[in-house]
Amino acid sequence: MKNIHLQYFAILRERRGQNKESRETTADTAGDLYEELKTEFKFPLGLDQTRVAINGEFSAMDSPLNNGDEVVYIPPVAGG
Amino acid sequence: MKDNLFQLTSQPFETHHFVGDMENHAAGAYTSFEGWVRNHNEGRDVASLEYEAYPDLARKEGCRILAEALEKFDIIDSRCIHRTGHLQIGEIAVWVGTTAKHREEAFAACRYIIDEVKVRVPIWKKEHYADGDSGWVKCEHCAGHIHGH
Repeated sequence: MKNIHLQYFAILRERRGQNKESRETTADTAGDLYEELKTEFKFPLGLDQTRVAINGEFSAMDSPLNNGDEVVYIPPVAGG
Repeated sequence: MKDNLFQLTSQPFETHHFVGDMENHAAGAYTSFEGWVRNHNEGRDVASLEYEAYPDLARKEGCRILAEALEKFDIIDSRCIHRTGHLQIGEIAVWVGTTAKHREEAFAACRYIIDEVKVRVPIWKKEHYADGDSGWVKCEHCAGHIHGH
């Protein structure tokens, strides 16, 4: 088990119903954790439509997760 | 890399404050782009917009884009300010400013910066429609697609 600190933004924040949480997970990668959250909270975006930032930097979805990592899933952006 | 050239602000701003900071007697050209909140999108009447950012990474990625513009184009300076929060029709959502010796490079860099900001910086836009409905731009259609709508 590892403890992951999650922050949520935009459509994922609304679906999750909160801005942040710490979560115990057995997920090996960022992508595995996304699938876990997507199933539990009915996230409307697939893995291929979402990016991830780990510890404040864009990362690959197959990046391994380590205890204490800060993870943010990034829906399609729409600034400007 | 200077880290204060790309800024997020929750308050309406006047662009002349930022232009003043860019004054340079070696510059022969200043160009700017302002993105304004429009009253319609894809056939729907829009009443207002809400911008939400992942601040730490938005600033970091925004600064990287400005640094890239300095590398790619023969410009002197570039800045970008993006609003967050709830914006009304007509407000400035984003401002980009560039200075250069000549106009071609200033225009090109300005275009590069706004184009990259729109696709790379973690900022999201929620449209509030005149009919009371609302939706996250670029996200709701994907969501519909997943569910086979």
